[in-house]
Amino acid sequence: MIEIKNVNKVFYQAGREIKALDDINLSIAEGSIYGVIGSSGAGKSTLIRCVNLLERPTKGRIFVDGIELNSLSANELTLARRKIGMIFQHFNLLSSRTVFNNVGLPLELAGVSKQEIKEKVESLLELVGLSDKKDSYPANLSGGQKQRVAIARALASDPKVLLCDEATSALDPATTHSILELLRKINREFNLTILLITHEMAVVKSICSDVAIIGGGKLVEQGPVGDIFAHPKTELARQFIRSTLDLSIPADYAARLSASQSPNSYPLVRLEFTGASVDAPIISHVARELNLDISILSSNMDYVGGIKFGLMLAEFFGSPQATEQAIAFLKENKIEVEVLGYVA
Amino acid sequence: MSLEMFSTWWTTNERLIDLLITASGQTLTMVFLAGLIGLIFGIPLGVLLHLTKKSGLLSNKNLNKALGVMVNIGRSIPFIILLVAVIPFTRFIVGSSIGTAAAVVPLSIAAIPFIARLIEGALLEVPSGLVEAAQAMGAKPYQIIFKVLLPEALPGIIHAITILLVTLIGYSAMAGTVGGGGLGDVGIRYGYQRFDAAVMMMTIVILVVFVQIIQSLGDYLVKRVDHR
Ligand SMILES: Nc1ncnc2c1ncn2[C@@H]1O[C@H](COP(=O)(O)OP(=O)(O)OP(=O)(O)O)[C@@H](O)[C@H]1O
Ligand SMILES: [Mg+2]
Repeated sequence: MIEIKNVNKVFYQAGREIKALDDINLSIAEGSIYGVIGSSGAGKSTLIRCVNLLERPTKGRIFVDGIELNSLSANELTLARRKIGMIFQHFNLLSSRTVFNNVGLPLELAGVSKQEIKEKVESLLELVGLSDKKDSYPANLSGGQKQRVAIARALASDPKVLLCDEATSALDPATTHSILELLRKINREFNLTILLITHEMAVVKSICSDVAIIGGGKLVEQGPVGDIFAHPKTELARQFIRSTLDLSIPADYAARLSASQSPNSYPLVRLEFTGASVDAPIISHVARELNLDISILSSNMDYVGGIKFGLMLAEFFGSPQATEQAIAFLKENKIEVEVLGYVA
Repeated sequence: MSLEMFSTWWTTNERLIDLLITASGQTLTMVFLAGLIGLIFGIPLGVLLHLTKKSGLLSNKNLNKALGVMVNIGRSIPFIILLVAVIPFTRFIVGSSIGTAAAVVPLSIAAIPFIARLIEGALLEVPSGLVEAAQAMGAKPYQIIFKVLLPEALPGIIHAITILLVTLIGYSAMAGTVGGGGLGDVGIRYGYQRFDAAVMMMTIVILVVFVQIIQSLGDYLVKRVDHR
């Protein structure tokens, strides 16, 4: 549905060259929810803005629904954009228009009759759950409500593609969740292809089918979300995955932690389960077979695309030999083990 | 000036009262006519200044520069000089270089660049994200101007028009120089040249009332259209 071919974007600022996008190739299938993740300044916004040519690539070609956008005249591009919806981090609703008139704007631009606009807008407001707000002005809405209006507006001209530029980054976690649910719903209901950019792996994890990771303007890694979580090939991918389950050592434990073992102290270990780890009840196996008591301090396990992964902090109470054997066994099963120190 | 003095003056100076009423009419005619003409030319000019900017919708460096220089020249000529300098042009347009109608010409010429800059400023306040969103939804440039930029800038535009009208009231006082009449002219002739303090006070009071009414009306309208 969306093809991004050899796209490069160079900005010139104060005589300096900034390579914002470096030979990006992406192919986004119809009906998928495709996530692009990267840290600040990675080039995410530039990439998504290239898709509807808000930003013209310095080099490369963009196809949406089989049409090469770069080759269109200004007027043709304007018409093509009506089939590409877009929502933004800061909503970009017109403050001078009511909710109703904001949602109706794309239809007004296309010269649709008043009666049709009314019917369409009312059904869209119902879809996003804001029928009661139709005469309100955006200034009187919450962030989540504003983004719902923006989504309704983006859907007004029946687009085939929806571009989301950090659509949930200005929202709290609960609202983020509800907006993502709404995106998933419209993806299913209208078979709408969604390209979503974010800096949060949690967003990718919760709704995307595929993900591309970009860093420094380069496409670092891409694939189905499950595969990336299971077998991240790059350090950047691992970092993003870890960021979804960051576990830190509680302060009072950290204070009691020492680097060397004394007779009555026990190791505090961090276990990292990845897609490569053997999927079996390993913890209880270790405890039973090696006569080791395992006390789980904290744990953050997750399940994405058929893959179990996560982090766990645990204390191993047992003889030094048993502990050593346990660690060896865990490593054999492709669980990464790190001894963080010894707690007295 | 006590209240009693004021009322005796009022009953004994019918001719002067007529004069003040006529002068008020002339002032209002000059201000609103020149204001209207100023807006008709100044608003498109302001929009053009905004659009031709570097990051603007119809970015055009040379046109922007040319317009900018023109506007700056217009803005830097003191009105009293402009008034005299454009006399030949005034004569060409209205057939005469004196009278209220003649004063409207220089007032309009002063109003155009003045309002153009204020409109440009009002448009600058419209977040660029809104224009981008409109582009993304397939708005043509004229649709962006009329459905996004101008409606979103409306509070600022009304504010700018208020400032223009108040400024024109001030300028119109100088129109007496070309026989334009108006309250300013009366104030100078009676108050300054004939030391008639009462008449001068009256003209000032009327001018203050005009300015108050325009400003309040402007503020009220801004409040009504501002949903930010
Ligand atoms: N109009 C511009 N002119 C010059 N440089 C730009 C412009 N837009 C973006 N850049 C540069 O391009 C790079 C990528 O920017 P971009 O906005 O795409 O990053 P991002 O991944 O969206 O970051 P963030 O998460 O902070 O939004 C940055 O180094 C930025 O400074
Ligand atoms: Mg960005």
